[in-house]
Amino acid sequence: MNVSSRRFANAVVLSVAGRLDQDTCEAFRANLMTVVEDAAHDGGAIVLDLSNLEYVSSAGLRCFVVASRQAKAQQGRIFVAALQPMVGEIFKLSHFNLLFQVFPTIRDALNTVSTEAVAAFEKG
Amino acid sequence: MRVRFWGTRGSIGVALTSADVRDRLAQALLQASGRTFESYEEAHAYATSELDFSLTHTFGGHTPCVEIVVPGDDYYVCDMGSGARPFGVHVLAKQARKPATVNIFQSHVHWDHIMGFPFFGPAYVPGTKLRIHGCHDVLEQAFRLQQSPPCFPVPWEQLGASIEFVKLEVDKPFRVNDVTVTPHLQLHGGDSFGYRFEREGKSVIYSTDSEHKLENRAEAEGFANFFRNADVVIFDAMYALAEAISVKADWGHSSNIVGVELCQMARAKHLVLFHHEPANNDATLEGLLREARRFEELTRGDQPLKVSAAYDGLEIDA
Repeated sequence: MNVSSRRFANAVVLSVAGRLDQDTCEAFRANLMTVVEDAAHDGGAIVLDLSNLEYVSSAGLRCFVVASRQAKAQQGRIFVAALQPMVGEIFKLSHFNLLFQVFPTIRDALNTVSTEAVAAFEKG
Repeated sequence: MRVRFWGTRGSIGVALTSADVRDRLAQALLQASGRTFESYEEAHAYATSELDFSLTHTFGGHTPCVEIVVPGDDYYVCDMGSGARPFGVHVLAKQARKPATVNIFQSHVHWDHIMGFPFFGPAYVPGTKLRIHGCHDVLEQAFRLQQSPPCFPVPWEQLGASIEFVKLEVDKPFRVNDVTVTPHLQLHGGDSFGYRFEREGKSVIYSTDSEHKLENRAEAEGFANFFRNADVVIFDAMYALAEAISVKADWGHSSNIVGVELCQMARAKHLVLFHHEPANNDATLEGLLREARRFEELTRGDQPLKVSAAYDGLEIDA
């Protein structure tokens, strides 16, 4: 799987591509926690761009919870955006849509973070 | 082998309330509007075949007690939750005054898994043989402790049955008549043990009270090997995944989604959701079953996995 990040003011968009499962979750979690420490504090946020995530298993979903717990402890937030239909359905079947705010687009998620974040995103 | 569920609820027993019963009755009457029934049998047939599961059943009920039925005179049962009381009534009725031999396999000794023993009728019948199997050092201590003052008025010494405690070794197959039983260490506070029952090429797994995180491949594969190709897996699916991972993390229980994942890894044939959360009503439990079935469809490989939810009174064949 591939992970890349872009910063928009006080938000970081972390784009996750491929399959997030038992085989990939350990490396992904290490990567995610580094970004959480760096960006999700003092009102800052991470937007997980899942537009290219093909599949997520329970082990992958667990990474999101661990990261969210850490973000909350440092007054940061994690949002989820742009889910493919299959991943969106897995979120619903596992009740993860009740744990995370899920947005249809990255822009919608950044709009919730701050006006600066969405303005930086629209600038490109 | 046949599996007969006497108790399927986790933690503490629950029952439908009067308001629940009235609500179901009102809904059933509404659905039957315009219909007439000539006899009780006709009405019963209508209720059985045409009304929704949620109107005609309840998941119950009693805390864990699951009978493994095989040909022969002996009884085999997993855990002595409050379902042990109706199981005991069944044994006494079937035996018709002839003393029984009951092989009990304890996952662990938390209260919900032993609370039915003081109400297990055959324990009071002289000549009955009870063999209580388990891997915990405190197995006998726990049974004696709950059946002593000030917790219970009838002391252990007044039980009429001959009671033997049999310590099993983890992962070592143990033979009882023509049934092979293998215990496996699980992930639960104070430890719990799953059991694999095998007879004539069929296998049933009883795996309750275990929190599977599936982060560690070696650990997950250990459980998948224990479940390997099983005909039936009775699985602790107490919570939805989000609940199991967040507010109820480290409470020692798993979810419907993880049950599907593990059974798929193991190429098991039939997953039975078990140890239901007492706070969940029947509609919520039906929802969890529906979600598990859909998740199985979404993630199915070359072998379908049947998914059911246990309820008190359910019988399934392996």
